Amino acid sequence: MDNFTVGIVVFPGSNCDRDVSWALEGCLDIRTKYLWHESSDLSDVDAIVLPGGFSYGDYLRCGAIARFSPLINALDDFVKSGRRVLGICNGFQILTESGFLPGALTANKNLNFICDDVELDIVSSKGGWFNDGGKKQTIKLPIAHGEGRYHCDSDTLKKLVDSELIALRYKNNPNGSSFDIAGITNEKGNVLGLMPHPERACDETIGGTDGLLTLKSLILK
Amino acid sequence: MDQFAVKVFVRLRPSVLDPAGEATKAASIKLGAEGIKSLRIGKMIEVKIEGNGENEVREKIDLLCDRLFANTVIEDYEYSLKKL
Repeated sequence: MDNFTVGIVVFPGSNCDRDVSWALEGCLDIRTKYLWHESSDLSDVDAIVLPGGFSYGDYLRCGAIARFSPLINALDDFVKSGRRVLGICNGFQILTESGFLPGALTANKNLNFICDDVELDIVSSKGGWFNDGGKKQTIKLPIAHGEGRYHCDSDTLKKLVDSELIALRYKNNPNGSSFDIAGITNEKGNVLGLMPHPERACDETIGGTDGLLTLKSLILK
Repeated sequence: MDQFAVKVFVRLRPSVLDPAGEATKAASIKLGAEGIKSLRIGKMIEVKIEGNGENEVREKIDLLCDRLFANTVIEDYEYSLKKL
C-alpha cells in the first residue's frame, strides 16, 4: 500500500472524519488525505470515504445539501473508473440522496437517536467489503444515528435482493429498516453505504475489530 | 420580470411511515382531541422568485422541487403560486 491514498471528505458538520483517519493511518497504516467538499480534484486519491456526521446540519434532509458540493459532482467519474467509495452513516445518506445508491434513509421508527453495538449478518460478498476468507458470517459494529431507517419501494427491494446488492442486515432490526437492511452496494460493488461505523471498531480496547475488514478492503482493486 | 410568491408543500408518501406524525397523533389524543384518524407531518417552503411569466417560473420551481426540496423516493410535493 506504498502510495495508496484514501481521501476523506470533510463537509461542514462532518464529525467522524478524524476517526476514519485514525483507523486507517493508526490501525492499518494506510495513508489518508482530507478533501474539503469544495474541491473537485480527485486525481491523487485512490479511494474515498464519506464519513459520518451532520453535513450542513442535516438541513432539509440528511445529505440533501451535501449532494450539491463540487466534490460530490466529481464523484461520478471517480465511481465509473471503478475506484472505491465508502459512505458511513451520513456518508450513506449522501450516497442515496445523490443517487449513487438506491433508496433513502428516514427517521428511526421509534424516533430515538440510537447509539449501540449491533450484530450484523454479512449477506453479499459483492465488492469483497467484508471478506475475511469466509470465516465470519456475522460481525458486530457500533451504530449512532437518528435517521437510519432504510426505505425503498418493493421493485427496488426486489432488485437489491436479486442482484445481491444487500451487503449487511441487522440481526435485531433497531430502527425499522426495510428488510433489516444496514448496508448496500452498487451493481459494480465498488460503492458501499452502511449505517454502522466500521471506523469505531478497529481496536480491541474500544470494543472490537470487526470494522477493520471493511476499511482494509478500500485498497482492493 | 414578474415576481411570484410560491408555497411548496413536501409530504412523505403515503406508503412511508411517519414516526413523528404518529408521536404527535398520540400526544393529540392525550390532549383530549377526539376523532383524529390520521396525522402526518410535512414541510412548507416559501419562495419568492422572479421570471418571465408563470410558465418559466413553474419550470424553475419544478426543478427545485424534484432535485432539492423533495426526495421523490420518499416524498411527494405540490405547490401554489401567486403573482405579486
